[in-house]
Amino acid sequence: MRKNQTRTEPRIIQRLLIGAALLYLAFFLFLPLGCIFAGALRKGAQVYFQSLAAPDALSAIRLTFLTALVAVPLNLVFGVAASWAIAKFDFKGKNLLLTLIDLPLSVSPVISGMVFILLFGAQGYLGPWLAAHGIRIVFAIPAIILATTFVTFPFVARELIPVMKSQGTEEEEAAVTLGANGWQTFRRVTLPNIRWGLLYGVILCNARAMGEFGAVSVVSGHIRGQTNTLPLYVEILYNEYNFAAAFAAASVLVFLALVTLFAKRLVERKFNEEKSGETS
Amino acid sequence: MSIEIKNISKAFGNFKALKDVNLKVETGELIALLGPSGSGKTTLLRIIAGLETAEEGEVYFHGKDAQDRQTKDRQVGFVFQHYALFRHMTVFENVAFGLRVRPKKVRLPGEKIREKVHELLKLVQLDWVADRYPTQLSGGQRQRIALARALAVQPKVLLLDEPFGSLDAKVRKELRQWLRRFHDELHITSLFVTHDQEEALEVADRVVVMNEGKVEQVGTPDEVYHNPANVFVLNFLGNVNLFHTRVEEGKAYIGNLAFQLGKKAGTEGKATKFYVRPHQFELTRTPIGGNSFRAKLRHVNPAGSIVKLEFISEWGDPVQVEITQPVYKELGLKKEEEIFLTPKEIRVETGESNYFDQVGFAGEGGGI
Repeated sequence: MRKNQTRTEPRIIQRLLIGAALLYLAFFLFLPLGCIFAGALRKGAQVYFQSLAAPDALSAIRLTFLTALVAVPLNLVFGVAASWAIAKFDFKGKNLLLTLIDLPLSVSPVISGMVFILLFGAQGYLGPWLAAHGIRIVFAIPAIILATTFVTFPFVARELIPVMKSQGTEEEEAAVTLGANGWQTFRRVTLPNIRWGLLYGVILCNARAMGEFGAVSVVSGHIRGQTNTLPLYVEILYNEYNFAAAFAAASVLVFLALVTLFAKRLVERKFNEEKSGETS
Repeated sequence: MSIEIKNISKAFGNFKALKDVNLKVETGELIALLGPSGSGKTTLLRIIAGLETAEEGEVYFHGKDAQDRQTKDRQVGFVFQHYALFRHMTVFENVAFGLRVRPKKVRLPGEKIREKVHELLKLVQLDWVADRYPTQLSGGQRQRIALARALAVQPKVLLLDEPFGSLDAKVRKELRQWLRRFHDELHITSLFVTHDQEEALEVADRVVVMNEGKVEQVGTPDEVYHNPANVFVLNFLGNVNLFHTRVEEGKAYIGNLAFQLGKKAGTEGKATKFYVRPHQFELTRTPIGGNSFRAKLRHVNPAGSIVKLEFISEWGDPVQVEITQPVYKELGLKKEEEIFLTPKEIRVETGESNYFDQVGFAGEGGGI
């Protein structure tokens, strides 16, 4: 304990500070989390599982997974492409692209949803044409997926751009002088170098995709058993004073979040190990 | 394979990296591109490799225009300053990379690749690190692996960008001698970039001295050192003493002193400069001709194969002098002692251009 000479605060202040931090955490983090599970199980395990097995609940869970399953791979591909372009090449409009990537993060999710209503809704620009051809986008699954993809777009790219930038282009150049074509260079050199950063970005993207409320709420139409994702379903149940079921559905979301965080932690460790390995 | 560079120009924004550069490299030569940072030497190397495109001019490989050939089809081996080894691959996989990415039709079978890689690793004397990762190697080892990797694809040209730039002095020296021997065995046309004149003079068959995007001089180490084309080359290749002077009637005046110059010396009546290399002084206790001048010994650095002396001339300029150990012992110089210095060779900067006349006099009338 005496090793750290620079630590000069009296013990009492240290304890006060640590205590305050713990109290804060307990109040704002552990207590609400505990409340969710307590609320979910208040009427017993049977009610808990029953409410989760309800067709509407299952449908919401399915839709949530489906949305993530489409949005995450899409953003994986576009995120990698965008960060590859930004980090490894110079072109006109690069800064504009960078700003656009950040756009979904800086506008309110409600606006992100409104964009799609304006575009594809009945009164929207493309609405009449879509209606004439019998294509439903708004208040249906396509809009939910579109809105989610839009909102989660920055996560992969933002994670990858700094990683790719710090790695420079020398390895790629070396690959090219050794006769590798563009795809070989990407697959054999770039991709392995960014794999942990990529996975990290995907995890964050996935977390947001499953948890997105605002944008999805605007475009979904809240049709039970059809266009409700888990977060929307929780809200509906809550508004109907069906607290046990609402908390049960919420607990699924919390559980998914915890799994994601755990995975993130693992990847982070691996990611940092690799980073420190490089500098040695 | 021979390389010919014709009228190459390249700019990065407002910065002109290369200005109308011409160069011809013969098959099997080992060429040094020497110059200070920002002189365009690396850019030139990258243009030859196709990693950068020139705005003007052409590059010919063996007489054929290479401009529309992509880097991957140019058959150049490139060794990067910071090695650029693939960090997620073992040494073995690094060296094998070029063989594995070949189109299926011309790709060697796995067993052949294995043999070839081990052969190359033996060539660079690092067969025993095949299973390690680049981070587990020292700088010198990484550099040799980078070289082995470049050689795996049997390049027609080897391009090395500051190959020893980030190594410590001792490893650097070993590795450059090794590169020279290596080149003598393989005879592959090679260009390497360096800012270290000693390195360029020691290793290369010919040296290309570059400055501010232009080629100042091309020649053998002997030529560029002993017959520098201009003041820049003179300054960049080794130390030189600079004296401000006025030339009148074939004499260079510094204060009351007049230095007799040769016939070629121009720039009558103009302020100019003359240059003497530190090793081109005669040291005597008595004057040995009109060009001898007094100087006081200020500092001695006797460590090394030559002795470095610092004098103050009678007109107050510092003068760097280098003499051999035996000469130093024979003279028995003491600090603050006054002695006569006589330049054996003087170069005078002439007029408008950077070019200058060389005036030698040792022996030809030095002792009047």
